[in-house]
Amino acid sequence: MIRDITLGQYYPIESPIHRLDPRTKLAGTLIFIVALFVAQGLVAYLIATAFLASVIRVSKVPLSYMVRGLKSIVILLLFSVVFNIFFIQDGTMLIHVGFITITTGGLIQAAFMAVRLVYLIIGSTLMTLTTTPNDLTDGLEKSLGFLKKIHVPVHEIAMIMSIALRFIPILVEETDKIMKAQMARGADFESGNLIQRAKAMVPLLVPLFISAFRRASDLAMAMEARCYHGGEGRTKMKPLRYERADKAAYGVLLAFLALMVVLRVLA
Amino acid sequence: MNKIIKIAKLIYEYAKYGDEGEVTGKTRAIDDVSLEIEQGDFVAVLGHNGSGKSTLAKHLNAILLPTEGTVWLGEMDTKDADHIWDIRQRAGMVFQNPDNQIIANMVEEDVAFGPENMGVPTMEIWERVDKSLRAVGMTAYRRQSPNKLSGGQKQRVAIAGVVAMKPDCIIMDEPTAMLDPHGRAEVIETVQELNRTEGITVVLITHYMEEVIHANRVVVMDGGKIVMDGTPREIFSRVEELKSYRLDVPQVTELAYELKKEGLPLPDGILTVEELVDALCQYV
Repeated sequence: MIRDITLGQYYPIESPIHRLDPRTKLAGTLIFIVALFVAQGLVAYLIATAFLASVIRVSKVPLSYMVRGLKSIVILLLFSVVFNIFFIQDGTMLIHVGFITITTGGLIQAAFMAVRLVYLIIGSTLMTLTTTPNDLTDGLEKSLGFLKKIHVPVHEIAMIMSIALRFIPILVEETDKIMKAQMARGADFESGNLIQRAKAMVPLLVPLFISAFRRASDLAMAMEARCYHGGEGRTKMKPLRYERADKAAYGVLLAFLALMVVLRVLA
Repeated sequence: MNKIIKIAKLIYEYAKYGDEGEVTGKTRAIDDVSLEIEQGDFVAVLGHNGSGKSTLAKHLNAILLPTEGTVWLGEMDTKDADHIWDIRQRAGMVFQNPDNQIIANMVEEDVAFGPENMGVPTMEIWERVDKSLRAVGMTAYRRQSPNKLSGGQKQRVAIAGVVAMKPDCIIMDEPTAMLDPHGRAEVIETVQELNRTEGITVVLITHYMEEVIHANRVVVMDGGKIVMDGTPREIFSRVEELKSYRLDVPQVTELAYELKKEGLPLPDGILTVEELVDALCQYV
């Protein structure tokens, strides 16, 4: 089903991770990603696994929710694995047929690369699962607030993002509906080669675009009717404030990053 | 009594465009309408598609501005750009499509959207959100995503979002058109309750007759003009006239009307099943 997009789908439950300041989670995800790329060697990966597993545990979000988010990167994952296997020539040779050479080094690199990508996606999915998109954009808006000085419309961009996130599930559902309506009248989205299938999507996109624009115009009117006039003079129901837990989280994350750096230097 | 809304000789025209984008003519959506609405009233505006009822509603909180004539909300002229946010705070609006008016991804955050825009301090936003959610009976859903709610519930959230702005009047532009009968009843009950307990003036634009019987005043529009104005009982006793404007009367009213035509001595403008039963019992 196309509804299985976990990106931007908040999982409502009470947990210490959910309660963290969105800025902490944003920075945390960034630190985690950097740490993943710094990581080298089996020990480092084992520690990263343990770290990720415990964060997931604390967040109380079922693992299946994160696995669902992985489906979208299967192709990318296969690509990088295949490239790594064929192009990294290191260690003992295993297979050599014509121009194809597979080595142990390549296999190990490919495995690490796959794990790294999977963790990267799980890490960022975890952030979107534990942070409401609104919190997320609030966090971005506040962290990037300094850009306002050079006339970057930070508030407007944040608002656009949060609205986009709100409408993704609605538009997905709508796509589903249009698809079914067209299938009921004999449209075929599944057979044929790639080009034929792409062509079959055109009659799907036209009504979808029209409806998206109609929604946008309705929404703009509804926002204006509720006194929306940009970020100027706006207050917040939930202003962002760092608590003690946020400081602790920063501590843990930096320690994790430091550990990864140390392991790399030692390796 | 205080007049909250005063409309004087309102005309609204929009240009029609041809295939090349050239102006080919003007359509008059509202044609010389004058109307006054009392504070605390529950006014239903009825009309067939294209009668101008939605266009009229959008004039009440300055989403549309008059081509000619004037609309006052309290003492403020809607054309006065200095007061536009005051006007929109005092006249909240609920639209037809529940999905297209919910901005936030969590019920309580959406309710807070209006007060946030008005610059209300954080503590007070929380109080307002609590109170508004209670008023529409959605407190249990405050932390949920609006996508998981039914149409009627979404519309109640939209109403709460307006109530949180502490408006004097709520304008509802066909709020039940996309809902099932259950959701319709839910929304109308909520609005009636707000009108009764909070004294908020309600202007309900609709084409469902059953929703109109709870109003204390009904205005019928056709071709951009106000053609009938009175209490539901007065309006629904003029069955033939309503039909000439392509409007139906509630089933019970229609039945009573037909029975009366056949010679039964029934009163005019019967609105509910109970009334009809009473009247028939007396006859028997």
